[in-house]
Amino acid sequence: MTYIAKPKLHHPGLKPNKLGFTHRDYEGSISTLCAGCGHDSISAALIQAAYELDLEPYRVAKMSGIGCSSKTPDYFLGNAHGFNSVHGRMPSVLTGANLANRDLIYLGVSGDGDSASIGLGQFAHCVRRGVNMVYICENNGVYGLTKGQFSATADKGSRSKTAVNSDNPIDLVSLALVLGATFVARSFSGDKKQLVPLLKAAIAHQGSAVLDVISPCVQFNNNPQSTKSYDFVREHNEAVNRLDFIEGRSPITADYEPGTVQVVQQHDGSFLKLSKLHADYDPTDRAGAMAYLQARHAAGEVVTGLLYLEEQADDLHAGLNTTATPLNKLTERELCPGSAKLAALNDEYR
Amino acid sequence: MQPISAVNDFVVKFANVNGSGSASANELFARAILRMGVPVCSRNIFPSNIQGLPTWYEVRVSGEGWLGRRGETADLVVAMNPQTWNKDVDSIEAGGYLLYDSTKPLTTQKLRPDVNLLGVPLTSLSNQIEGTIPRERQLLKNVITLGAAAQLLSMHLEIIEALIADQFKGKDKLIKLNYRAMQLGYDYAAANLAGKCRLKVEKADKVGDRIFIQGNDAAGLGAVYGGATVCAWYPITPSTSLAEAFTAHCKTFRVDPVTKKNNFAIVQAEDEIAAIGMVIGANWNGARGFTATSGPGISLMQEFFGLAYFAEVPAVVFDIQRGGPSTGMPTRTQQSDILLAAYASHGDTKHVLLFPEDPREAFEFAAEAFDLAERLQTPVFVMMDLDIGMNDWLCKPLTWDDSRKYDRGKIVTAEELEAGKFFGRYTDVDGDAIPYRTLPATHPSKGAYFTRGSSRNAMAKYSEEGADYVYNMQRLLRKLETAKGLVPAPVRRDAKEKTRYGAIYFGSTTPAMDEALAVLEKHGIHLNTLRLRAFPFGEEVVDFVQAHDQVFVVEQNRDAQMQKLMVNECALDPARFISILHYDGTPITARFITQAIAERMKVTHKEAAE
Ligand SMILES: Cc1ncc(C[n+]2csc(CCOP(=O)(O)OP(=O)(O)O)c2C)c(N)n1
Ligand code: SF4
Repeated sequence: MTYIAKPKLHHPGLKPNKLGFTHRDYEGSISTLCAGCGHDSISAALIQAAYELDLEPYRVAKMSGIGCSSKTPDYFLGNAHGFNSVHGRMPSVLTGANLANRDLIYLGVSGDGDSASIGLGQFAHCVRRGVNMVYICENNGVYGLTKGQFSATADKGSRSKTAVNSDNPIDLVSLALVLGATFVARSFSGDKKQLVPLLKAAIAHQGSAVLDVISPCVQFNNNPQSTKSYDFVREHNEAVNRLDFIEGRSPITADYEPGTVQVVQQHDGSFLKLSKLHADYDPTDRAGAMAYLQARHAAGEVVTGLLYLEEQADDLHAGLNTTATPLNKLTERELCPGSAKLAALNDEYR
Repeated sequence: MQPISAVNDFVVKFANVNGSGSASANELFARAILRMGVPVCSRNIFPSNIQGLPTWYEVRVSGEGWLGRRGETADLVVAMNPQTWNKDVDSIEAGGYLLYDSTKPLTTQKLRPDVNLLGVPLTSLSNQIEGTIPRERQLLKNVITLGAAAQLLSMHLEIIEALIADQFKGKDKLIKLNYRAMQLGYDYAAANLAGKCRLKVEKADKVGDRIFIQGNDAAGLGAVYGGATVCAWYPITPSTSLAEAFTAHCKTFRVDPVTKKNNFAIVQAEDEIAAIGMVIGANWNGARGFTATSGPGISLMQEFFGLAYFAEVPAVVFDIQRGGPSTGMPTRTQQSDILLAAYASHGDTKHVLLFPEDPREAFEFAAEAFDLAERLQTPVFVMMDLDIGMNDWLCKPLTWDDSRKYDRGKIVTAEELEAGKFFGRYTDVDGDAIPYRTLPATHPSKGAYFTRGSSRNAMAKYSEEGADYVYNMQRLLRKLETAKGLVPAPVRRDAKEKTRYGAIYFGSTTPAMDEALAVLEKHGIHLNTLRLRAFPFGEEVVDFVQAHDQVFVVEQNRDAQMQKLMVNECALDPARFISILHYDGTPITARFITQAIAERMKVTHKEAAE
């Protein structure tokens, strides 16, 4: 790791967005990660996405576990509350926070060790509950912070600087599909063009959105025999689609060549325009997505893009029938039944 | 042997088989006596099993109002379980009674010459109930027994009938069947066993307005009154019924009458780690959240307790203690998580613990715990046990002061931030070591901070500077000093006569202790007592111990955990303490305490004389 303070991120300009915020308003503290770490690119993409969406930064709650990746919420959206919890347990903390106030945007940032090893159970359960969140796994195949041990997402046969991994990998994208995630995508920290619109769509999504973002660890797993290195991912990246995120409710009018574009609409009214790179890939077909992923993985490809979307997704609160008012805004008036009711209740115990 | 004669002062023990449906008939029995104005204490002793293993339901009838278990013996045993026959027969007091199913003659079973037999042909009577299937007849056998016992003990049939009518409201067929079964037992006893039993329940006026309620039920209700909106839990005996009670009371009180939406969220988590994680997330975000668990769950939650302590996030945890270690005795009671909870998690930690004495206090402390957790920004443990949690206890009615406002602690608002109020998350502005917090999304540009379990400075910025770390750790210690003035104070009671001896106790030991003290007093042994209600300990504890030459500490664990906590935290001389320890998993009894203290007093007196 480097301890040399780096200059603030380079911006295309300080043009304000609709809210009058510039990029700078979406930044956080200066990153302490290694120069070239994929995680920093993901932070930059998040900043870009939030800026382009005209998000009010303070409406976001940034939650993470422990790891290099989990440090990153400190490095973006400085005006948002953040919670760097314990290793592998961000999903439960995020779930609790979401229960308390359903009105905020929950960004969960995690690593592959955090999500697929120690925290696999919590990852699975918060996805299957349909917690309304954006869950980003910054996936580098190793434990960065503890210096390069393989994580559970490392491919079988993949080599780090010092070892060969002989265990089968856990694919969080396939898992998310099985578990009922309503927005599933994979991307690459080195492909900002793909990542930013995916992040925007995920933030607009009203359900469990899982993004597995391959994010090379330059320190421990960027060697030629690693399947999570920049070179490997660039060479084997098979994007199924290109996404355009379109805000607002106006239907898309432009004509497209048949079979090349698919338009889907999310619960909040936003449209996603998908330029198909694989003619027969349908991101609204969960079972199809699973089969496709399996086949392409066997062929050594890294499939990226918007892999699955349930257009009219529900979230945990729908199942719990929670009141529209955030629970943390309720007062004695709604919460405390009062002494008269208690007196009556006492009678039932006599 | 003279048969025991007693009015309103005896113990009845029902020996049943788990899953045989005896629980509701047993409870009816206890409630019927209460409705006759006579106090009872009931204890359910059950195995970790769904069907087939032995269970006991013990009802102590006490006109004098003693609410703890008397001892291990009973005056009347209702032996419904062939498996435990011998043990049950052995547990009868000399001159006591044995009620059994006399459908088949007793041949090989153990009997005692000093025990009086009360045979009722339960099986053959149950076969007389027309239009029933075998399973129903099995259930009704319990009611026939109830009818017979009621007759033998001179109880009022119409009181039981009223209770049955309440229980099966709207199910006329069931009411009729139960009436019929009860009458069968009653009539049989009247015709065949008249005058054979000299135990008697006589109408009295000793119950007053008291209620009969389980601690978990009361605590779940306390959480509703205390404003809890988020409950995350994982099933474990003996805490499950607390989460279930919270759920039931929320359905009654917390569904918006207009929108039909829930003003609460209850999640059955995937494990206890997730449960406490959710509680911490909810509290961090300004909702009152809690979990209910038992020892194994507390063990799993350790890492998160450290986070909540260090990052200063409120959390409320109900620990319904059971027999440990490991799976231990999952359906038996103990007070053996005290040290585990007090110092939960790695590193230097200390937590606030509350020790309710009965369901009424469980209700109060449940509500209070949320105020304390938010005021102190730290986890608060309500330390109950299976005995309080899962047994019906006779206690004062629950009350609520409508003028009471929730204490949400030190939260900086958007208006205050806007007006330029200083906010430094971990600075001690008021000198009480409690910092201010902001809730997420309070203000567009002010007051956001990063919560973490790693070291930081007073402004919440990551820091590995020794001085920053020490500042926080010292402040956390001082915060605990502040807590001493906020938690419920111990209750001191002085003996009628001046004495050099004291006794300290807490939680479910209280009723047995009350009785033991009265008995000891009759024998000329006088003790001043202190009932602990919370940790950290205030000066009262130190003063009490130092004011006595010897202090008995009565606990339901092997290692004298509370005593160790006092020695450790108050720098007290261990030689002052004498531990009285009961930890076989059954609730502590008055006889046990009396004997243990009397014996020790003999020894101490002798030592003093030498
Ligand atoms: C309970 C616990 N065990 C182990 C650790 C040590 N630890 C810290 S980070 C980490 C792995 C991080 O890997 P990953 O989640 O992949 O994040 P990365 O650093 O690669 O971004 C481990 C094992 C810990 N903090 N807590
Ligand atoms: S993940 Fe790897 S490259 Fe990134 S900061 Fe950690 S060690 Fe450095």
